[in-house]
Amino acid sequence: MSALAHVGGGTPGAPDDGPPQERGGRSWAPYLLLIPGTIWLLVFFVFPLLQLFTVSLQSGFPGFPGYYYRDVNFGNYLDAITEFAPHFGRSLLYAGLATFFAFVLAYPLAYAMAFKAGKWRNVMMICVIAPFFTSFILRTIAWRQILADNGPVAETLKFLHLLPGGRITETWVAVVAGLTYNFLPFMVLPIYASLERADPKVIEAGGDLYANGLTTFRKVTLPMSLPGVIAGTLLTFIPAAGDYVNAELLGSDRSTKMVGNVIESQFFRVLGGFPTAAALSFTLMAIILAMVFVYIRKFGTEELL
Amino acid sequence: MALFSSGGAGFRAAKGDLNLESVTKQFANFTAVDDLSLTVPRGSFFALLGPSGCGKTTTLRMVAGLEQPTRGRILIGDTDLTGSRPYERPVNTVFQSYALFPHLTIRDNVSFGPRRRGDSDAGKAAEDALELVQMSSFATRKPAQLSGGQQQRVALARALVNRPEVLLLDEPLGALDLKLRRQMQVELKRIQTEVGLTFIHVTHDQEEAMTMADTVAVMNAGRIEQMGHPEELYDLPRTSFVANFVGQSNLGVGDVTGTDGDNLVVEVAGTTVRIPKARSAVHSGRITFGVRPEKVRISSDQPTGAGNDVKAQVVDVSFTGVATQFLVTVPSGSTWAVYEQNLDVQRNTLRPGDPVWLEWDSGHAFGVEVDEAAAAEAQVAS
Ligand SMILES: Nc1ncnc2c1ncn2[C@@H]1O[C@H](COP(=O)(O)OP(=O)(O)OP(=O)(O)O)[C@@H](O)[C@H]1O
Ligand SMILES: [Mg+2]
Repeated sequence: MSALAHVGGGTPGAPDDGPPQERGGRSWAPYLLLIPGTIWLLVFFVFPLLQLFTVSLQSGFPGFPGYYYRDVNFGNYLDAITEFAPHFGRSLLYAGLATFFAFVLAYPLAYAMAFKAGKWRNVMMICVIAPFFTSFILRTIAWRQILADNGPVAETLKFLHLLPGGRITETWVAVVAGLTYNFLPFMVLPIYASLERADPKVIEAGGDLYANGLTTFRKVTLPMSLPGVIAGTLLTFIPAAGDYVNAELLGSDRSTKMVGNVIESQFFRVLGGFPTAAALSFTLMAIILAMVFVYIRKFGTEELL
Repeated sequence: MALFSSGGAGFRAAKGDLNLESVTKQFANFTAVDDLSLTVPRGSFFALLGPSGCGKTTTLRMVAGLEQPTRGRILIGDTDLTGSRPYERPVNTVFQSYALFPHLTIRDNVSFGPRRRGDSDAGKAAEDALELVQMSSFATRKPAQLSGGQQQRVALARALVNRPEVLLLDEPLGALDLKLRRQMQVELKRIQTEVGLTFIHVTHDQEEAMTMADTVAVMNAGRIEQMGHPEELYDLPRTSFVANFVGQSNLGVGDVTGTDGDNLVVEVAGTTVRIPKARSAVHSGRITFGVRPEKVRISSDQPTGAGNDVKAQVVDVSFTGVATQFLVTVPSGSTWAVYEQNLDVQRNTLRPGDPVWLEWDSGHAFGVEVDEAAAAEAQVAS
């Protein structure tokens, strides 16, 4: 878990990162150790990416749907973005909402696990991880049953007159709920890891120095867990923005489709859709990269509050 | 309510002596602090001395409000602080493990307290406090970029800057080298007298406790064994634990056989010794006789004085410059230490194996209750 918590640029208080050291002499060991990882990245990341990029610039043979020729057709991007702009918007919005709700749910849970659970800590940890033992497709289908029109949740809400639309599935609420549910552990675990590492004495010091519970949380506990929060939001937001399973299984065919659904259908169902799908993938990747970059620049080094 | 109040709310500006009334702290069924009562006069320097695990930190934590006593009350002046939260108390702690905020710079660490109390000059106050502990040049660093001793000084500054009514120092100088430690001791003492704060200082270093404190309390197994002015504590220990923990003592178990004027006459392993009645905690039956090593004189001839002498044999001689330390075996079989200042022109000629006479002024002798557990241990060992 500690590797996850380091995504946000390292923990400021880790006892092992001592004063900066200078090394005399030059060692080849670090470079040798980098070789396997570099090869892995080249074979499984850079080459497919280049391949995808060339596909995204191909043009279709006129009159022969499904046949392409090599080209530098940036028009694919323009077409894809203009046609599927609402899907991009939904992807980012739903992923953002899911990240927000996951954070709101995960932080108290991680806090309780780190500081209050005592002997129940391991049980809670198992509860967080246990869902991974079944396929997330199956679990998402299960949610379709749970949220179904005459399922327990919808019936109860209808009875309380809290469900104006009359249904949960086929709406954005179900999609966001599904995303939140599916990525919750990725939020809980890094936050827990960083809270668990925080020295309780440091939190006590906040109280000793005239900060009440809320102030101590805002000024001490939360900033100390910030690396975990950053790791958790990234691990939730990035896959959620590219997800298509939740929108597919819980959403509606028209109004809740995300970019992932479009890419999936362009690749596998629409004849001649390859360049569009590839262009969409690339655009999504660029958007996410840009957002992550800004996010880390803003919060990764400075105090959150 | 408390959820939306600012840091300063609920603060109790109590002033006066610190009072602990029959304070007990139990963890499950382990008693860490046992029915402890003490008064620390306002503006005094109070040292808590005791072996590891005797409950010093737990006592401080209860005063700070980080732990609530199982029984008893804690007051500053007339204000009962029992049950109040740490941030409500005019008390600050220098934590044994420093507990600096890892995400804040040194300056922000130090100004944390003043800011919470709405001090508009928090930055300036922090600068001054850092100046005091000679850490000004590190103000923009993070705690992880400092050495242990530097962190300790920052922890000191972070607590001192608040000028609390009571400052709790949990081994605040433990990580410093001797020179810096002496310097900090002087600084601490100066601040304490200048500002008139009450200091409670936990330390393992007896010399530190003796030189700095107005009152030293020796703690053992959750209780205070003896409390008093350092000189008084050294001169007249009231239990054999204190006799051994504060300085060194030569002890022997014997029986009171009678009185001789203001003295008790005590028989220790065939030797008759005298203890002033006023200096003895026991007046009949079994008794532990004691005398400090530097109060004993050593010579190769039998002294002509009255009574307080004993024949012994040298086991070890070590020359320390100012003094020579002898280890000798007394008739009871136990080993005594003797410190002789190197006053004579002639050098010491005593060697291990030499028979010697020990002599002391009976006014320096003291009597304490026999520590049965320790005596039984000694029995098994011999
Ligand atoms: N939270 C706790 N739960 C259970 N036992 C505790 C707890 N805190 C302290 N103790 C026990 O209480 C006793 C006193 O602890 P304390 O920390 O006060 O010792 P100390 O005198 O400060 O020792 P040291 O000089 O080593 O710091 C110890 O035996 C310790 O194990
Ligand atoms: Mg301690």
